[in-house]
Amino acid sequence: MPSYPAIETDRLRKVFGERAAVKGLTLQVQQGEVFGFLGPNGAGKTTSIKMLLSLIEPTAGTARLLGAPLGDRSVRARIGFLPEHFRFQEWLTAGEFLELHGQLYGMKPARIKEQSAALLERVGLDEFRDKQLRTFSKGMLQRIGLAQALLSQPALVFLDEPTSGLDPVGRRLVRDIIHELRREGTCVFLNSHLLSEIEVTCDRVAIIRSGEVIRLIEMAALDSGRATVRIRGRGITPEICSGLENWGQAIRADGELVSLNVQSEESLPEITRFLVERGVQVYQITPERLSLEELFIETVGKDAGL
Amino acid sequence: MRATFILARMTFREALRRKIVLTALLLGICFLVIYSIGVHMIIGNIHSLAQNNAGGNPQATGIVSSEGVNFLTLAGLYAVAFLSIAMGALLGADTMAGEINSGTIQSIVTKPIHRRDVVLGKWLGFAVLLALYSILMSGGTVVSMFTQSGVFPPHVILGILLVYSESLLIMTVSLTCSSVFSALATGGIVFGLYGLAFIGGWVEQFGSLVQNQTAVDVGIVTSLIIPSEALWRRAAYEMQSPLSGILGISPFGTISVPSPLMIAYAGVYLLGSLYLAVRLFEKRDL
Repeated sequence: MPSYPAIETDRLRKVFGERAAVKGLTLQVQQGEVFGFLGPNGAGKTTSIKMLLSLIEPTAGTARLLGAPLGDRSVRARIGFLPEHFRFQEWLTAGEFLELHGQLYGMKPARIKEQSAALLERVGLDEFRDKQLRTFSKGMLQRIGLAQALLSQPALVFLDEPTSGLDPVGRRLVRDIIHELRREGTCVFLNSHLLSEIEVTCDRVAIIRSGEVIRLIEMAALDSGRATVRIRGRGITPEICSGLENWGQAIRADGELVSLNVQSEESLPEITRFLVERGVQVYQITPERLSLEELFIETVGKDAGL
Repeated sequence: MRATFILARMTFREALRRKIVLTALLLGICFLVIYSIGVHMIIGNIHSLAQNNAGGNPQATGIVSSEGVNFLTLAGLYAVAFLSIAMGALLGADTMAGEINSGTIQSIVTKPIHRRDVVLGKWLGFAVLLALYSILMSGGTVVSMFTQSGVFPPHVILGILLVYSESLLIMTVSLTCSSVFSALATGGIVFGLYGLAFIGGWVEQFGSLVQNQTAVDVGIVTSLIIPSEALWRRAAYEMQSPLSGILGISPFGTISVPSPLMIAYAGVYLLGSLYLAVRLFEKRDL
């Protein structure tokens, strides 16, 4: 795998009039990783993606995709893109649509034919090859858009809200395709509001606000990391509560119930020993991992995006 | 260039699929049928009128008859020119603006192509479409008249080419505006410019008739703003009978003849407009 990052941006900025939609995006996404791009409404996610795809000219800053500066056409042949508002040439049939986009990628006719057949089958539209896109449902359009994004077997794929129009079966399909892409070493840049989707597909996640990365999360670390521990026991005094602060924050005592946020589940045996040694009768001690949603809200605040 | 041709083919195929070609073809055939019927009904009267007014002189009868036929041919071609302009304006108005507005353009321009390929491809597709339309309509009008009168207008190929150029120029201006403005605004601008050219052309014609140089200059200035009407007037000049040219009595002919320099200017204007469309689209945020 090449040594350069799939995406590298340095203080990428976009100003519309007097409003900075993206204040300064600095980011590195490695080859072969599935990267989630999160932020509240108006955080500059779509503007950032559009700048990376040369749909919008940045006001300042630099960026490189697959080692080349933005707009490099040879690199664009190795990039796939599913736009958020997947509006395509509805007067084309599904087969013609993929043929057109294959031609624009500069692919040979035989390869277009082979790839189109494989992708139509992969997204469950092989029966609809000769149907015009105008007859397709929203979900079907999303699927054909996904096939178009993967047509050239790209090294980097931008998926902007890829599951927004899909039913649970369709979402599962997208998830499976993303897992396949990761296995094949394709970098996926995923913008989605569905945090549960991000949680199960991404290796890393960036949370942005006003076009600046305010938090980078390693999903593997999230899995084995912080948790909220709920303790039910008899004899928990205020002094014991103060003692629990050695392991975590946000202690909330409510009669026999206490909850605290710990940095690691590794501290659970020590907490149990501490309670038992002080005569507390422990009935229950349950770690609950922080979800991406909780982290997201904790990072951007409850009112963000309103 | 490869991408330009792919997108030109796509544009042409889109026009076929969306029944733009079919609609234009059907309406064009209707126009030609009505025109042919009209000519058939009038042409006998023209000959009778010519005989009555020529006082039995066969040479004079022939001249008056052929003037009448030429008048009818130019009337038909004048209508064809207007329909071709309308078609050019409508084709160009929605093509860029519509795809930018809907977001369809996003999956195209992110491919390994130049943005100019999109503009040039669409232009080329529509140019071919307009050429076919012009051949059908102008050719049909001239052939219809020839089969009934045995008379072809002079310099007919050059004339039809100029009529086609007029619609091509309007389509190009429409495409340019469509790269920046909405389809509705583009339509308003293009038809507004056409109206300006139309009225400017008539001011120049009357100015020439009454030998008022200021009025002629006003017409020339409007032709510099948009030279579409100048192309029609040159086409009419090429195809009108020599006598009409001398007398200056035909509303479809021309008295003030646009110079070859003005025709060359129209060509430069068209290419300049196309270049501007490319530049505007290249710079535009999508």
